[in-house]
Amino acid sequence: MSTDLESISSSSIVIVGAGPAGLAAASTLTAAGRPCVLIDMSVRPGGQFWRHPGTDLVLASKTKENQGHHHWSAFTQMRSQLEDAARSGLLDYRPGQQVWAIEQDADKHFLLYLTESVRSQGAPRPAPVAVSTLILATGAYDRQLPFPGWTLPGVMAAGGVQALLKSSRVPAGLRPVVAGTGPFLMPVAAGLARAGAEHIQVCDANSLTGWARDPWGAVQAPSKGLEGVEYAGSFLRHRVRMRMRTAVVAAMGDGRVEAVRLARLTRDGSVIQGSEWEIPADLVATGWGFTPSLELPLALGTATRVDTDGSLIVDADPDGRTSVPGLLAAGEIVGVAGAVQALTQGELAALAALSDSGASVSASRRRKLHSRSRRGARFARAMNKAAPVPQNWSSWLTDETIVCRCEEVTHGVLKQMPTDLDAQEPRTLRVAGRAGMGMCQGRVCGFAVSCLGHREGGDRVAELTSLGRRPVAAPVPLAEIAQTPSQLQISGTGAQ
Amino acid sequence: MTEFILDGKPIPFLPGQTIGAALMSAGVTSWRTTRVEEMPRGMFCGIGICFDCLITVNGVPDQRACLTLAEEGADVHRS
Repeated sequence: MSTDLESISSSSIVIVGAGPAGLAAASTLTAAGRPCVLIDMSVRPGGQFWRHPGTDLVLASKTKENQGHHHWSAFTQMRSQLEDAARSGLLDYRPGQQVWAIEQDADKHFLLYLTESVRSQGAPRPAPVAVSTLILATGAYDRQLPFPGWTLPGVMAAGGVQALLKSSRVPAGLRPVVAGTGPFLMPVAAGLARAGAEHIQVCDANSLTGWARDPWGAVQAPSKGLEGVEYAGSFLRHRVRMRMRTAVVAAMGDGRVEAVRLARLTRDGSVIQGSEWEIPADLVATGWGFTPSLELPLALGTATRVDTDGSLIVDADPDGRTSVPGLLAAGEIVGVAGAVQALTQGELAALAALSDSGASVSASRRRKLHSRSRRGARFARAMNKAAPVPQNWSSWLTDETIVCRCEEVTHGVLKQMPTDLDAQEPRTLRVAGRAGMGMCQGRVCGFAVSCLGHREGGDRVAELTSLGRRPVAAPVPLAEIAQTPSQLQISGTGAQ
Repeated sequence: MTEFILDGKPIPFLPGQTIGAALMSAGVTSWRTTRVEEMPRGMFCGIGICFDCLITVNGVPDQRACLTLAEEGADVHRS
């Protein structure tokens, strides 16, 4: 164990991530009088879902803090509770810090190596933390599929467009096309409309009738239905055009996006011949569901499985316990299901941690949460069935299309990888083809490369894991790695 | 109005906005050139995971423009 390890109270529980799941866990623990440490990469709590501007920008932009948000009172209630807990010393809140590496020592303590999200010159680096109970609530980011022109400035992740609006009040474009699949495209379009964008087109590769595949699941989350009605009203007012079974199959422009090519799709995602047309656009906001952030659980060897949306997730029990004793998981990393479900899971994981350490936990409270969580999971399954990644998405690619944005590896190069028995495996495309070996370490192209390298009968858990492993989970200056006196083996790339 | 300097050019921002947001607001859509194909890049993921938006701020290279808050008079350079 390193000598400069920070000692925290032995009964403390560390939570990574201050989105809905992490906040719910921290609220539950501090309400029970349990000390905890809450580590979060953002400067303000809320995660991607409740991302919001600071007071200075709220005043300067003359907007409300909660503009465009749902369930805001749930957030402010937890926030004020946690502010009290921080004042009393029960909560040690660490905004602006990321865990860049994690391991277990011989005593089964989790060692968390920290770095600042935004480096500042001369600032002391945060000391590593050791803890025996850890709750991971690291969330998810937009899942992406490459298409010709997607590296042009003006093509952005839908969640990034939303983040710009939520935290900086800046619309990323004024003539946007919001494309991909799933209900998350709607709030992005609504946010852009409110910010003054015009001629907005929303293109979903699937069809809303997909909900009919599991109508019972779809009605399990009534508040989602109400949000849908709200968007329908906003779309009418702002003349947002919804197009089903339609995708952006190319973006064009000189140094930035100026136009996009749309195409009508068959059910499996193939372009219907002769259905393509071009429209002007200054922004393409794309998202194909979400990819859970699994760096930390994978580094600890946690058991995983593939969810109904095709994502690799942590295999946890209904209370969030993972295959690693002392390690709990909550929120999108145990299955992408949205903020309401994450709140339930965060509370459950906190109760499990309390109960595992001998505290008494109300059985009826757990029962209620379990039943709410089952309903949430049913809704998520229905959503996944209605909004799958189209099977034939790769037919939109040309040989020149860049797949890995960091290393600029094209689809053509990946196709030419040796075709012996193992060569098309995702891992080979990563190691030999360098796809997913750049700065983002495959976070952006990992899912796509795993599909391109998939072989009939291939093990999806292994394929996704080979592109999801990141020994260095966040960028750190090389000096910080060199100074870390531990048994940590640095075998990957990604350090700055 | 507060400002920072991008390669000698003043960029206005509201307090609390990130450097990336201020640049996009000012119509600057790219501030980095790729190694291989020398293509322009700017903001992509917007939440700190893709590293497309790297920029040099007050002499510190490779900062994520989407996470780094704009500060009055900051000396910002394309990379």
